[in-house]
Amino acid sequence: MLALPALAQTAVDTTRKPVKSVDFSFEGPFGTYDRAALQRGFQVYKEVCAACHGLDHIAFHNLDEEGGLGFTEAQAKAIAAGYKMPADPNDKGEIFDDKGTRLTRPGILADKFPNPFPNEEAARANNGGALPPDLSMIVKAREGGPQYVYSIVTGFGMTPPKGYTLPAGKYFNPYFEGWNISMPPPLADNAVTFSDGTKATVDQEAHDVVTFLAWASDPKMEERKRMGFAVLIFLVVLSGLLFAAYRKVWADAH
Amino acid sequence: MSGPSTYTPNSGLEKWIDQRLPLPRLLHDTVQTFPTPRNLNIWYTFGAILTFCLGVQIITGIVLAMHYVANAGLAFDSVESIMRDVNYGWLIRYIHSNGASMFFLAVYIHMFRGLYYGSYKAPRELIWIIGVLIYLLMMATAFFGYVLPWGQMSFWGATVITNLFSAIPWVGSHIATWLWGDFAVGDATLNRFFSLHYLLPFIIAGVVGLHIWALHVPGNNNPLGIDVKSPQDTVPFHPYYTVKDAFYLCLFVVFFAAFVFYAPNFFGNPDNYVQANPLVTPPDIVPEWYLLPFYAMLRSIPNKLMGVIVMGGALVTLFFLPWLDTSRVRSCRFRPLMKQFFWALVVVCAILGYCGSQSVDAAVAGIPLLWVARLATFYYFLFFWILLPIVGLIETPRKIPASIAQSVLGDTAAAAAE
Repeated sequence: MLALPALAQTAVDTTRKPVKSVDFSFEGPFGTYDRAALQRGFQVYKEVCAACHGLDHIAFHNLDEEGGLGFTEAQAKAIAAGYKMPADPNDKGEIFDDKGTRLTRPGILADKFPNPFPNEEAARANNGGALPPDLSMIVKAREGGPQYVYSIVTGFGMTPPKGYTLPAGKYFNPYFEGWNISMPPPLADNAVTFSDGTKATVDQEAHDVVTFLAWASDPKMEERKRMGFAVLIFLVVLSGLLFAAYRKVWADAH
Repeated sequence: MSGPSTYTPNSGLEKWIDQRLPLPRLLHDTVQTFPTPRNLNIWYTFGAILTFCLGVQIITGIVLAMHYVANAGLAFDSVESIMRDVNYGWLIRYIHSNGASMFFLAVYIHMFRGLYYGSYKAPRELIWIIGVLIYLLMMATAFFGYVLPWGQMSFWGATVITNLFSAIPWVGSHIATWLWGDFAVGDATLNRFFSLHYLLPFIIAGVVGLHIWALHVPGNNNPLGIDVKSPQDTVPFHPYYTVKDAFYLCLFVVFFAAFVFYAPNFFGNPDNYVQANPLVTPPDIVPEWYLLPFYAMLRSIPNKLMGVIVMGGALVTLFFLPWLDTSRVRSCRFRPLMKQFFWALVVVCAILGYCGSQSVDAAVAGIPLLWVARLATFYYFLFFWILLPIVGLIETPRKIPASIAQSVLGDTAAAAAE
């Protein structure tokens, strides 16, 4: 049988499907981050995503921030200490031990989350040539925001339509432009065991990790919306006062 | 109108200053007693709103510049550091980015007001021309500023627009290299764009000074388009217009704050939250919304050089406006035919903006947007170069009131006031 995959590819429109409709607690003018969801999402990031994806802009000290995960400083310090960071040169100026392994030190609050790969080339080699994007801004960096990220991580497992051939080494995901994504399905039922006992379905894991990533993209959101409420109330009252002044001044001019 | 100054110093200190630097006198004459037509409406408050916007952009910009690093390897991260680590950095950044959109929204309303009420006509031609100069400086400032975060749109938008210069025959590619400071957009480009982005707003401030100075010679136009004939036609700027401007400015700030606090990325492009990568071209390269109409004009012409000429021509056309309009009547309130063409222009500009936001091969209801953009560009030039000269000559204007006072206060009141 003569297979013509190239021809078949151009015959099918591989525009990405519209994002799934899913709600999050942080949406809307009075939205806030669900602390429990943030912590579960962080657990999903740590245990699943961090194998390939960096979180370059988040430091361990962000974990005990206001409007964030709700960890205490001690908890954040403990999380940081669980990571091994490349050590600074010792007194002799060495950064390798006798066996040639890089010397390390425990992480501290000031450290940013470490990248799983030392450089872009290593990341690509590990992932079939594709670069796993950094996740610290992913929710703001994609059209469709949280709904898009949710759709991607839950959009696997479907059967490709007739006429579409999946290139080797890729995975079918119709929510991704071109329908073939280099990332294997990241989530599965019970891929993590949530410490608060919540049932770890794919939907739950996806929902929580997207909440965490939304926080990572926009850690100041709660403060922003709170301040916005106060500012707008103030401005509306000020407008009312200025309107009254305006009418009084112009009363005799008409 | 500028007339003799009516300022009288009240105290010894005021006299002392007035003899050495008549600044209080200047403020008194221009902001306090300046005779202003009594019939100015909401569309006349945008000059004050624009001054406010310029002030906000300069102040937030200077604070941002204290934390921003103009280096290709560090710029993107420095902006994220402002958003995350600098106290209220997120607020200053969002005010600055949304402030740019507010600035352009206000300037478009301000310009369309000028078009509608004939504020560009004699003796106010220079005010209009200086205004167009301010608009061009704003576009340059905004273009340079958008490159600074060094996101994908920053980099590729800069690449597309600076490459336009290479369309100029013979010297084009040399001009482009000279502008870039390199053989492509890169670190050298970013550094000089930062320098120019810091410089231009102060040039704008100076030109705004000229704009207001030129305005204060003949005084404000008004919605009726008729000259001030007597003191009954005017009111002192303070308190009448200080309070009116303050009120409308406050409403504008409510609108502004709604975006800053609740939809801070509404006007932005998500691709600009991805660091610039010279090796990865985004599927669609678009400028910010306020530059879209010109972007649509540029893309609607198949030839690169002609596209640049058409886009540039659209801007240069604005300089000729005072001489293209042949009408004796200033305000479109009394020009029933021109009024319709004016509103058609407003719609056409919005359509051009929409076309600019979509990809080149997009179509709506089967109609390729490329042809919609071409038609819209045609109407833009038709309006200025054909309609304005001809309609002024053939139109029958409506009856114009005798005076501003009569129109506002009524016949008996105006007569009694005389």
